[in-house]
Amino acid sequence: MAVRNLSLNVRRGEIFGFLGPNGAGKSTSIKMLLGLVKPTDGQALVLGAPSGSVDIRRKIGFLPEDFRFYTWLTAGELLKLHGRLCGLSASRLAERVPILLELVGLAPHREKRLREFSKGMLQRIGLAQALIHEPELIFLDEPTSGLDPMGRRLVRDVIRAQRQRGATVFLNSHLLSEVEITCDRVAFIKQGEIVGSHDLRTQSDGEIRVVAFVQNLPAETVVGLSRWCTSIKRQEDLLTFSANSKEVLPEVHRYLAASGADIFSFTPERLPLEELFLKIMGEDGGL
Amino acid sequence: MGAWIIAGVTFREASRRKILWAALLAGGAFLTLFAIGMRLQAKDLAGSRMPPFIRYQLQSSFLQVGFYAANILAVLLAILTSVDTLSGEIASGTIHAIATKPVPRWQILVGKWVGFAGMVAVYVALMFAGVGMVGRLAAGIVTPRLFLAGALVYLECLLVLTMTVMCGTWFSTLTNGVVVIGLHGIAFIGGWIEQIAALTNSPRLVTVGIVSSLLMPSEALWHRASFEMQSSLARSLQFTPFANASTPSVAMIGYAMAYLLIAFAMAIRHFRERDL
Repeated sequence: MAVRNLSLNVRRGEIFGFLGPNGAGKSTSIKMLLGLVKPTDGQALVLGAPSGSVDIRRKIGFLPEDFRFYTWLTAGELLKLHGRLCGLSASRLAERVPILLELVGLAPHREKRLREFSKGMLQRIGLAQALIHEPELIFLDEPTSGLDPMGRRLVRDVIRAQRQRGATVFLNSHLLSEVEITCDRVAFIKQGEIVGSHDLRTQSDGEIRVVAFVQNLPAETVVGLSRWCTSIKRQEDLLTFSANSKEVLPEVHRYLAASGADIFSFTPERLPLEELFLKIMGEDGGL
Repeated sequence: MGAWIIAGVTFREASRRKILWAALLAGGAFLTLFAIGMRLQAKDLAGSRMPPFIRYQLQSSFLQVGFYAANILAVLLAILTSVDTLSGEIASGTIHAIATKPVPRWQILVGKWVGFAGMVAVYVALMFAGVGMVGRLAAGIVTPRLFLAGALVYLECLLVLTMTVMCGTWFSTLTNGVVVIGLHGIAFIGGWIEQIAALTNSPRLVTVGIVSSLLMPSEALWHRASFEMQSSLARSLQFTPFANASTPSVAMIGYAMAYLLIAFAMAIRHFRERDL
């Protein structure tokens, strides 16, 4: 069984990241939400209606992982085909196709056949076809795989632009750094079950890590930090530790200063998503 | 309607990937070779002392060989072009971008079927018209009921196409090809067993042939088409491989149509239900 007891709630207008190791059930979950795979039990509501219905699909865009399509089509023809399948009129298509080709940086390649496209170019045209009908909800399965840094930035900008126009984006990605700077909220899936979620826009939410540059810090003061903090590490003048809440940080700062230490910097940072991911998935990586 | 869009793309694919052109080129080469053979045979027979009705029978049989070759080429075209269409797209994930568009799955399948059916229609029409023309120009033989025979062969191609599309919703491309060609092989050998058994008056073997045709009625349609294309004289002489000693009945044509419709319905049902 690929997934079980899967319960997800994605808010309209947010960029939602769906994270998990290989084989955790991410793609299967997306396929179920799109109606490509039928769940053995339970139901999924997408935009308030049962997943997979034709009416709902009018409002959904999808970029499959490792997008590929008929290689004998040109980029322009591919977009026209997908637009027609979405019910767009010829005049609307004439308007949308150049806009989308421009958006994904493929305007000069409109007449080029897909067989001449690199993997990155295929991902870009795949993203364009997912947006051809301006969907309310967009599923992106590993949209940045195969893309160079410029391509990743482009995808990031496109995703943000979709949020600005009010669309919801469901993003499935392995690139945690990309997710971290793009998503509003993430959920973690491990062995087919949701094992946690995290709001990336709320600074006070969750664990805080502090990086401080401190001189003349007594050793016993470092030991005393364990009253508020965990994962305490000292490397010469560099002190790092984690706290469960940012509320305790002023007290910690006073404690350090009272010990006579010279504090040159004291920088709270949210726990990097990668660390959070590893922490939630455990040492086995969720496999 | 989504099915028409998919049909258009499927037909265009055959043209753009040069499948149809390659098939027509090979068909053209076959027709040229056949025309040369037919003409040479006509010249040789014209100089012989053979009775006219035997001469006619020989030329008529040679013409049937031409139609039979065109029939086999059309059946192979129907199988080879469609064998990868669903199974291949499912395996590669290409289908995901289409099946998530607001088009019901049954329309995807119908669209693909219509696209291939259109391509095969062009091929059968050109090949049968070509062979008929060669018979007329090279040997002066006018093929009776050519349109009806062409329609029967087209029905045979549609049957094979439907089976290929149906099996494509279940099996991988390779397995699909093996299954459909195997089924057509059963029909092929069964059809010939039935003909030869009728000539040698072996009722039990005729039954074997009929059962084979019930398993896969494609070749029976060819035998009926061949029967339609022969003159009353040729039918009565019955000493060539295409004599149709045992002619598939009209009921068998009806059976083939029902077979096609059931296979089509099963293909739609399974494609709608299966995970992609």
